[in-house]
Amino acid sequence: MENRVILDIDDVCIRYGEDLAVRNVTLPIYENQITAIIGPSGCGKSTLLRSLNRMNDFIHGCSHTGGIALGDMDIYDPATDPVEIRLRIGMVFQRPNPFPKSIYRNIAWGPTINELKGDMDARVENALRRAALWDEVKDRLSDSALNLSGGQQQRLCIARALAMEPEVILMDEPCSALDPVSTARIEDLLFELKENFTIVIVTHNMQQAARVSQYTAFLETGKLIEFGETEDVFTNPKNERTEEYVTGRFG
Amino acid sequence: MSKPRNLVWRHRKAKAFEYFCIAVTALAVVLLAILVYQASVLGIPWLDMQFIDSFPSRFPEKAGIKSALAGTLWLISLTAMFAIPVGVLAAVYLEEYAPPGRLTQTININIANLAGIPSIVYGILGLAIFVRFFALERSVLAGALTMSLLILPVIIIASKEALRAVPSSLRQAAFAVGATRWQVVRAHVLPAALPGILTGVILAMSRAIGETAPLIMIGALTYVAFVPEGPMDEFTALPIQIFNWTSRPQEEFHELASAGIIVLLGVLLMLNAVAVFIRNRGTR
Repeated sequence: MENRVILDIDDVCIRYGEDLAVRNVTLPIYENQITAIIGPSGCGKSTLLRSLNRMNDFIHGCSHTGGIALGDMDIYDPATDPVEIRLRIGMVFQRPNPFPKSIYRNIAWGPTINELKGDMDARVENALRRAALWDEVKDRLSDSALNLSGGQQQRLCIARALAMEPEVILMDEPCSALDPVSTARIEDLLFELKENFTIVIVTHNMQQAARVSQYTAFLETGKLIEFGETEDVFTNPKNERTEEYVTGRFG
Repeated sequence: MSKPRNLVWRHRKAKAFEYFCIAVTALAVVLLAILVYQASVLGIPWLDMQFIDSFPSRFPEKAGIKSALAGTLWLISLTAMFAIPVGVLAAVYLEEYAPPGRLTQTININIANLAGIPSIVYGILGLAIFVRFFALERSVLAGALTMSLLILPVIIIASKEALRAVPSSLRQAAFAVGATRWQVVRAHVLPAALPGILTGVILAMSRAIGETAPLIMIGALTYVAFVPEGPMDEFTALPIQIFNWTSRPQEEFHELASAGIIVLLGVLLMLNAVAVFIRNRGTR
């Protein structure tokens, strides 16, 4: 069965001032699949990820060409409201960054300011359950989120993104600051989330990409070297550089 | 494993630095203690309700600081009303909204320069703009506006530093759940920066409460036998009254000045207590 393309990245270039960080990348993101973006440090994978929900807008001197479409929404159109984009494309960052507020408020703030309808308690519980955090925190929802462990904080950040019920969730090396046990929990979580969400994950960790993703994109110095089903990319890469990278010969 | 080199000597140096820091701290504390002690010894005998509740007089036993205390409270309240909102919002603009570039940089440098300008210059500016041009005369309003100009750079610089110390990951987290710039600033950045902003506000208000030169420049009176009843009334302030008493030949007036200093310190302490109270509530 052919998967539906939900995010269409078409010939995208991203510059920081004069530096070309992403070069002519064309890439489909398939609905309800996990797409991993891998590549050596500085290859532009985080830059590409942040451009998908216009988080690069906050970086002074960052500019782009090309097009990204989410369904019928043109993400790069200056008339498109970035707030609207971020309601449909959520994000989880490299380091857990909960708000210095209660666990409950962390989840509820986004839906509150965007005036999402429905019972807030149910929304918070649902998000925490989906992020596999509910049982650990259900008795202390009013405690500060900063008292949670690093792994719990990152699952809280995932729950915070889930509570917005986005179509796509971007994850920028979500496990790089976590221990192996927390990492394993989040990887398990990704499998369940893909039933309802589309996930794009940037990772340094090739085993992680191989374990969790259905599609893999390999970037080097801003260029898309190879894109395909994860199994093919890892076991039968078409490009020599990809093979060298996935077998650990450089990077 | 080889033996660490010079370990005894290194520890000795570490200890020496620690003692040096203690000595320097002690110096500051001792100097403050001497100041407070001297003022107390001379001033406390004069400190009673009669002193608080009387107007200045040429008889020391009848003289009081009622008008100066009222003038300072008026001045400080009005100054806080003008300077805090303007200063904090200017800092929010410069840190959160202004695009980085030459213009923003120029503005920032100039604000830093303004903080170093002698207060008498602000007095001249206040005299020209508020007293003459806007014809506010020698009113407490003209004084408060002049004071506001004087302390604005301090508030802006401290608030900017406090805003800059808020980690950008917090802003990104808020933007990522679909917040507008205002919602991010209002709900996350300002609360996180509040303790630092309040520290700056305390410093600025402490400076305003002790300033004398610009007030003399704009024509605040030294002998005032009434309490200002509105922002357009003439006024005097504690430091002016203290300065006036110290410049008299009679010994009794010098003691009255000490009593005035104690009152000034009391007002300052109360002001700081309020700020600390707000800060603790905000960070809890």
